[in-house]
Amino acid sequence: MVQSLDTGTAPRSWNKRGQDKARRLAAVAPWLSGKVLPSSRIVEALEVLVHSGDRVALEGNNQKQADFLSRSLAEVDARKIHDLHLLISSISRREHLTLFEKGIARKVDFAFAGPQSLRVAQLLEDRKLEIGAIYTYVELYARMFVDLTPNIALVCAEKADAQGNLYTGPNTEDTPTIVEATAFRQGIVIAQVNELTDELPRVDIPGSWIDLVVVADRPFAIEPLFTRDPRIINELQILMGMMVIRGIYERHGVTSLNHGIGFDTAAIELLLPTYGASLGLKGKICRNWTLNPHPTLIPAIESGWVESVHCFGSEVGMEDYIRARPDVFFTGHDGSLRSNRVLCQLAGQYGVDLFIGSTLQMDPDGNSSTVTMGRLAGFGGAPNMGHDPKGRRHSTPAWLSLITADSEVVRGRKLVVQLAETYQKGGEPVIVESLDAVQVGKNANMPVAPVMIYGDDVSHVVTEEGIAYLFKADGIEERRAAIAAVAGATPVGLKANPRKTEDLRQRGIVAYPEDMGVRRGDAKRSLLAARSIEELSAWSGGLYQPPARFRTW
Amino acid sequence: METFTFDYPADQKATARAHVGVVGSGDLEVLLEPSPDQTAHVRINTSVDGYGQVWKNVLDRFFTRFRKAVRIEINDFGATPGMVALRLEQAVEESRQ
Repeated sequence: MVQSLDTGTAPRSWNKRGQDKARRLAAVAPWLSGKVLPSSRIVEALEVLVHSGDRVALEGNNQKQADFLSRSLAEVDARKIHDLHLLISSISRREHLTLFEKGIARKVDFAFAGPQSLRVAQLLEDRKLEIGAIYTYVELYARMFVDLTPNIALVCAEKADAQGNLYTGPNTEDTPTIVEATAFRQGIVIAQVNELTDELPRVDIPGSWIDLVVVADRPFAIEPLFTRDPRIINELQILMGMMVIRGIYERHGVTSLNHGIGFDTAAIELLLPTYGASLGLKGKICRNWTLNPHPTLIPAIESGWVESVHCFGSEVGMEDYIRARPDVFFTGHDGSLRSNRVLCQLAGQYGVDLFIGSTLQMDPDGNSSTVTMGRLAGFGGAPNMGHDPKGRRHSTPAWLSLITADSEVVRGRKLVVQLAETYQKGGEPVIVESLDAVQVGKNANMPVAPVMIYGDDVSHVVTEEGIAYLFKADGIEERRAAIAAVAGATPVGLKANPRKTEDLRQRGIVAYPEDMGVRRGDAKRSLLAARSIEELSAWSGGLYQPPARFRTW
Repeated sequence: METFTFDYPADQKATARAHVGVVGSGDLEVLLEPSPDQTAHVRINTSVDGYGQVWKNVLDRFFTRFRKAVRIEINDFGATPGMVALRLEQAVEESRQ
């Protein structure tokens, strides 16, 4: 009936996406055996399946990389396929940017570009690359379900069977999320696998979500990103770790938490079984973690501190150790880790009491950023973990302990802790008058400066000088004074007024080591539960098998 | 290689000696001993040139809180100002024991 009002036009099709998908898949059907495409046909197949202007989700996660598919995509004829819009969580391989140099891709939305951050900045300047936005992981994936649904997903897994069921192994990471966003809105999902097999150890992604499987020319690339060699931890980091344990974890009763990646947080993990135990804190703090399987957590796990760890991804060398500790880690019926970045990010936002991480720069208001001149690195997950989620409704002692207002209606606060040594190696101050990110944002015409963690979300700042309890500061002037009081000999620290600092110490808004009973002389490497990768491996009973680059024996 | 010397007024007598740290990459050693006069003397030997003002800033801050007549020798191998401040405080802690 409605159509009669609209005479002369054909009835609307409500399944254009599905019809388009069917046409594309029909063009490669003759090459397939079931869902399996011969590896030698991959470039040809991509030239048929991908259309210019498509949104392509390329699985370049924090760790595992669909590198056979990205290398193949970089080989398509740019006259046939061009101006793709790439959705990629981590720009970490050369060919990711070759796509832009060749004109195959034009626009990118991403979360992290660590190893390629200099080239991203250069391509942007040369106008060969257009940035949609620089995200956090969950934001990018959230938009895949809103206005950035992929036409094509290029993902990777360890094994597939003939029906297209996928086994990801411990590095499940982002694959289920990318596939779900694509498959259920009639996009095409192509999975590279290391091998085809009749029986999978477990099914991480059902075959009905997958359109094509192709065996890669070599196993997918993966980096050990979360391994910190205890040999490199210095006494400054140990002192900061002691202060965190005493002045924050003990003080606020922090039982659930996330640690960023860095030597500062690795030091804390290695101090729990020694310094933490000497304070009688075992079982009282640091029980439930949202964390990648950091090797430096092994001594705390072995000493019985850790009840549970849910992981964003895995870590190279930790597979057998995890398999042998199923009470602690989330594992499948096959025994291996099941990680999931989006769910772990969600857990880290809403489930835990505390985030702690390091920064490269912090301004006098406590805003911090790892973006520095000439580098567009992005922030990965830090901004999600490092903020106070106002939608949280469950309370814990730690969350409640940050309430300062005296009112019938109040909310608690997540502890967001920023660690900063006042100076980097090479004499550059970390606490600065203005973040480089401000200028970088202007140069790149960003609508706002790329701040990693906003100062108003930060509850505590820890430097080697002491702790600033920012959540207790009254107003912006007092916050600034508290940060200056722990900013050491940086230009910001030199402006601290000694009388004001004394007042802040009296009121417990600033604490120096002596104020929390921490002796600087105790900050020795002998206090670390393990002082080398070899000792970590020994703690694990040989189950942790460090990658060759970390072996010195 | 650069050498600096600084003097600060002192109004308390020191009695003990201390030795902390090592001359390793990114670290320094601090040797502290009593000085017979009413002054604190600091001598710095550093492998990194061009940071005279930063050394002065670190020591100025330290001697606002520390008033003893001591002779301090610092042998530095590229430590950050944070590490320098830590070693100075550790030397004071040790000399109190």
